[in-house]
Amino acid sequence: MKLFADLLERLAFTPSRLGKLALLRAYFTRAPDPDRGYALAAIAGTLRLPAIRPNMVRALAATRTDPTLFAWSYEFVGDLAETVALLWPGTGSGTLPGLSKLIETLAGAEKSALPAQLATWLDAATIPERYALLKLITSGLRVGVSARLAKTALAELATPKIDPDEIEEIWHALAPPYLSLFAWLEGRAPRPDPGAAPIFRPPMLAHPLTAPDRTTLDLADHQIEWKWDGIRVQLVATPIERRLYSRGSEDISTTFPEILLAMNFHGVLDGELLVIRNGDIAPFGDLQQRLNRRTISARHMTEFPTGIYLYDILFDGRTDLRALPLATRRQHLEAFLSRHPDPRLHLSPLIELTDWPALDALWASSRASNREGLMLKQKSSPYLAGRPKGNWWKWKRDPLTIDAVLMYAERGHGKRGGTYSDYTFGVWSEDGRLVPVGKAYSGYTDKELVILDRFIRTHTLQTFGPVREVEKTLVLEIAFDAAQSSTRHKSGIALRFPRINRLRPDKPASEADRLTTLQALITAEKNR
Amino acid sequence: MARATALAHFRRMVSPIASWLSVRAQGLYCEPADLFIDPVRPVPRAAITHAHADHARPGHQAVLATAETLAIMRVRLGASAGAGQQALAYATPLSLGPVTLTLFPAGHVLGSAQILLQYQGSRALVSGDYKRQPDPTCASFQPVPADVFITEATFGLPVFRHPPAEAEIVRLLASLALFPGRAHLIGCYSLGKCQRLIALLREAGYDAPIYLHGAHASLCALYESLGVGLGDLRPATGAKIPPGAIVLAPPSALADRWSRRLPDPLPCLASGWMRVRARARQSGAELPLIISDHADWDALLATIAEIDAPEVWVTHGREDALIHAITTSGRAARALRLIGYEDDAEDTAPELPAP
Ligand SMILES: [Zn+2]
Repeated sequence: MKLFADLLERLAFTPSRLGKLALLRAYFTRAPDPDRGYALAAIAGTLRLPAIRPNMVRALAATRTDPTLFAWSYEFVGDLAETVALLWPGTGSGTLPGLSKLIETLAGAEKSALPAQLATWLDAATIPERYALLKLITSGLRVGVSARLAKTALAELATPKIDPDEIEEIWHALAPPYLSLFAWLEGRAPRPDPGAAPIFRPPMLAHPLTAPDRTTLDLADHQIEWKWDGIRVQLVATPIERRLYSRGSEDISTTFPEILLAMNFHGVLDGELLVIRNGDIAPFGDLQQRLNRRTISARHMTEFPTGIYLYDILFDGRTDLRALPLATRRQHLEAFLSRHPDPRLHLSPLIELTDWPALDALWASSRASNREGLMLKQKSSPYLAGRPKGNWWKWKRDPLTIDAVLMYAERGHGKRGGTYSDYTFGVWSEDGRLVPVGKAYSGYTDKELVILDRFIRTHTLQTFGPVREVEKTLVLEIAFDAAQSSTRHKSGIALRFPRINRLRPDKPASEADRLTTLQALITAEKNR
Repeated sequence: MARATALAHFRRMVSPIASWLSVRAQGLYCEPADLFIDPVRPVPRAAITHAHADHARPGHQAVLATAETLAIMRVRLGASAGAGQQALAYATPLSLGPVTLTLFPAGHVLGSAQILLQYQGSRALVSGDYKRQPDPTCASFQPVPADVFITEATFGLPVFRHPPAEAEIVRLLASLALFPGRAHLIGCYSLGKCQRLIALLREAGYDAPIYLHGAHASLCALYESLGVGLGDLRPATGAKIPPGAIVLAPPSALADRWSRRLPDPLPCLASGWMRVRARARQSGAELPLIISDHADWDALLATIAEIDAPEVWVTHGREDALIHAITTSGRAARALRLIGYEDDAEDTAPELPAP
């Protein structure tokens, strides 16, 4: 537990990606099995423990601390777990069981026995260990590290080094404490065989189309499609299970049962999930109605009927098609769909245009038809994980949008007093830090405001007077009129009239835009 | 508990000491000796517990302190360190008219002293700033019996529980091993904290050169001349600093242009405030080190119990919580509400601009 507590302590204060990776590598090297596997699960969010309510922790603390001193301390510290960790009598002279033993005990414990068990552990633990333990059991662990970053650290540990996507490929066939994963990474065992497990494959991503690209790019070599304004999904069906994944590898099967029913095939398909009414594509907001629901009703499903526009095929049965050129995969996709038809599954049509003026006109119409723009994909491109250069281009309808990460929030005034309605957002710098690039006060719907407010209240890292710093996980699509160089802003960039276009809870923060993207926009504007 | 508090209330102000030791605008005043302790304004006669800027102010006429405190004051204050200086060794009684004054080690910084005042059979012990953790650069706190114990309360909230400083040095050295390419820039107060950090590093076996910001160099030289060995020290300004070096600087230098000269600096901050995460985050430190020259909460309570004075006066810091805890335990306590002592100047975290 000491190693894990130390890791959390360091991660909390290490802003840079490289620093975090070094800390994670050191931890995974030094911590034993199965502790490190449970730590990985805690970081990646795959650990399932019976949740202990903060009230129980508070009540337990009341049995050991002076109420007046507790109240003053809590006011000063501002965090329940931290206050209890600091105030609990003693400073940890006993021996705390290892992380794995703690988790196994918790998983098997009777609810009524939990307070006494927890008290025994708190007596034995040091202050950082108490903090880690309390955060873990109250499901309040915010490590500031994405699952992806943890996998990247693991990939760097392997000898020889591997690509994190190789771990991503088998991730969903693995479970805590990930013994077979560590054995493989350390060369003690072969790569775990996912078998027929319905695992997620890392998707291929596109680069934004910039003005210079238009001069070098030959339209005849490219497959042109609409860029749909839904969420990108991966449909995985094997003889044992069907699953629907978001692009961030989140399993969203239970939210869209009708899609699961439509998957009468064995294979892996890539497409866009949309709300489609009588053949018409609905605005993104309609899809959000479905995404935001925990439980779904039949009425809801009728009101917001979903379907998929398919644009790629990765596997036909167990046959991996990813090395084939796109044009060939397209033929496979068409044949596959005709063999396994379903009214909810559509083929993303090809746009047969070969000159820019015609394409420009079509692109300009995309907003009106609830489409996000156009996709240009090299016909010869294999399906490669990640964002390989020079293969796929996305040409968004409004070139002046960025995907940024929510960093700070502040309460609004007047009508919006009380809700967190002023948002500071940031993008990634070259060295992997989030750099604030602007503030948005508008653009959201009332419903989005409620969602944002709730997110902020439940994901606060700390407060500075009226400002809350939040966990850097929520991606906001920010629309703005122009990007300008600025010496007044730390980022060197000022955005004109930034507003929240929409929330992108489906998008991992790591995939938000980079500062270089904004800098390129300034350059592009100047050259116009 | 109600009974204990009532008892404490009954006992309050019973001590006759209040008739000859009181708070004036200049500071704590002992009338029969005509002497101020750590006065915040120039006075004819001052006794100084230790040389931190908020306790050792310039411009007094006669100054009484340990030889080390006087030496540090001369380096820091030059000509205004006091017209007449009288050095007094620890545990050596000195008569000031009807009052007997004795200095005892406070364990805070080099030369730091508690001041025991005896008058008409009563004993008042003024702690100044103190700590109970061992410190290789100064004499350890010595508990002395007293009728009234006058204590500081910088970390007078139960959340402040300092780990052993040696354990924090282990964390620092582990970080150096993990990030060997990064200079570890440690923000620390120039008097006491800086030298203690160096001495702790040397005790832990770290014998590489340690680089100093200009603000730290003169006091380190003085410590060495007073017999506290600090090993190979080099100026950080003008020198080529190797990757993975340890550099000590005032906390304000962490966010400063100054730090840009260092190879990929990893900002660290050594302070008791680092115990609370929100405070540590505000400081901008990537490696907060919980190292303090003040007593933590547990040490404050343990010291009060050990000295066992029937009455405790609390000078500066978070006195509310400490007085609550003392009275709850059945002892009389009151706040002196001395002003002019910064909320722990030597431990102040720098306020970095918001990111
Ligand atoms: Zn001091």
